[in-house]
Amino acid sequence: MSLTAAEVAEIMRLVEQSGFDELTLEMDGVKLSLKRGATPVISPAAPESSTARTHAPSPPVENVPAAAGPNVHEIPSPLFGTFYRAPKPGAPPYVEVGAQVEEDTVVAIIEVMKLMNTVRAGVRGTVTEILVIDGQLAEYGQSLMRVRAAG
Amino acid sequence: MRRILIANRGEIATRIIRTCRKLNIETVLATSSADRDSLPARLANRTICIGPPRPSESYLKIDSIVHAALATKSDAIHPGYGFLSECAPLASKCEGEGVVFIGPTAAQIAAVGDKLRARSEAEAAGVPVVPGCAVASVDEAMAAARVIGLPLLVKAVGGGGGRGIKRVDRLKDLPASLELAAAEAGAAFGDARVYLERLVVSGRHVEVQVLGDGDGRVIHLGERDCSVQRRYQKLIEETPAPGLSAAFCHALHAAAVRFAERLSYRSAGTVEFLVDCERDAFHFLEMNARIQVEHPVTEAVTGVDLIAEQIAIADGAGLRLAQSDIQLRGCAIECRVNAEDPANDFRPSPGRVREVTWPSQEGVRVDTHIAPGSCVPPFYDSLLAKIIAHAPDRPSAVAKLRRAIAATRLEGVHTNLSFHEAVLADPEFQAGGFDTGFVARLLERRGAVTESRPNG
Repeated sequence: MSLTAAEVAEIMRLVEQSGFDELTLEMDGVKLSLKRGATPVISPAAPESSTARTHAPSPPVENVPAAAGPNVHEIPSPLFGTFYRAPKPGAPPYVEVGAQVEEDTVVAIIEVMKLMNTVRAGVRGTVTEILVIDGQLAEYGQSLMRVRAAG
Repeated sequence: MRRILIANRGEIATRIIRTCRKLNIETVLATSSADRDSLPARLANRTICIGPPRPSESYLKIDSIVHAALATKSDAIHPGYGFLSECAPLASKCEGEGVVFIGPTAAQIAAVGDKLRARSEAEAAGVPVVPGCAVASVDEAMAAARVIGLPLLVKAVGGGGGRGIKRVDRLKDLPASLELAAAEAGAAFGDARVYLERLVVSGRHVEVQVLGDGDGRVIHLGERDCSVQRRYQKLIEETPAPGLSAAFCHALHAAAVRFAERLSYRSAGTVEFLVDCERDAFHFLEMNARIQVEHPVTEAVTGVDLIAEQIAIADGAGLRLAQSDIQLRGCAIECRVNAEDPANDFRPSPGRVREVTWPSQEGVRVDTHIAPGSCVPPFYDSLLAKIIAHAPDRPSAVAKLRRAIAATRLEGVHTNLSFHEAVLADPEFQAGGFDTGFVARLLERRGAVTESRPNG
């Protein structure tokens, strides 16, 4: 039994809401590959089809770097310095994956010799990935976060 | 010292990395985004992009560079030449943050950066200066000009490298020139003070390399003649200075050592002199508180790695060499290969280098950051490489350098290699001992030759 169109749509909706850009789902002889900004591919994985059970998608086995699709924006570091996700140690981060941001939402700070510089999202959408670890150096122009643009 | 952050680019970054590797010191290179794929960026143990191409937003950002050094746990910063190499605020920031600055102290940089202060230090050290003095008013200047004699130069106290200079030939032009020079100096250097200096009509540029331990001990490593200049930019440097008597050179070396001793100078530095060809005398010009572009000619004849000595001094090892350890052997000549077009008024020629072959001959050294595919960005100076030839005597060094240039191939950008070929083939150059007017005379001669040919 193959996946129905409605089931694929449901899986796509779940992926949309998740922090992932790519999904490969293999079950009972059916392989489903989903990628943001691409059309889903369903191909028979086994010569004989068998009964398929629809599950909520599980996380991909490998943590491959997600490819940036057409709607995915990367927030570049506006300057070189140390990347911090929160205004001060112990404070909650400015944003988490899944957060909705506006162009002028502060998403992080870059510290240079104790001078704090705010980083704004620059785009309206949903944060899908945070690419730099808190407290690590961020080079000038390095991608700090990915945001799926709204609309 | 385990790890050094290099706050520079181009051939000098490559040069510093080479010595660090030899000494088993790790390197962190702070680059702009225009240089992140450069040869030194590939050679360094780690490369950090600290800003966009414009130097003011990357190579000149003191805070970013010190932050990079601290965050990468670098023990020291090597500033190379240019950029922040003679920036007292960087040196003092390093002093404050516990990062070693590979160079002189902030106070020494400030002392030699103020031209008037440097002049008075020279006088106090018994080093002759070009006749001249500071002037605070027009009346003072008129009186001083009568003593100094004409023609003279009005110079900016905060200037240097040929900038902020006005020539005065007639006494009645002095008030206007003073006013103009002070206004320009105020705008360009943030310091409107000016001083007068006699114009030495025919002078050679001869400088002395020194090393100091910071506790008052200074040695010299001979002199370099840098009289092949175009618009105050050096193009060819050599050691020893041709035609100077041993006694004259000895006096020059001793004067440089006295000056550096007076400052208890630390690290490698260069004391520049103007050798007055007409009067057979020399005068102090200024001190450069950094490693210089032309340091390899000194390394060739002494066998001393000046970058390694800078690092050792910065590391607290002091001077590892006594004056008697310095033996000057043979003659070394360096030419600066620039990305510029001699046929087009030496206009800079940035771009991508498609193919390049550097000479590989015994006694020839090439310091470069250029390999096939290298980018020459328009934001920085146009130096591509330095080719240095070392031989037992000057004629063989000239011949060796000519062969090295002939073996050099570079495609994709214009270079001044044809200009160097012309200089090295010129009888006046081959005779040696000319003043800084040499390049202008050579270009005039070549222009005359070009014009005399119908199809130029």
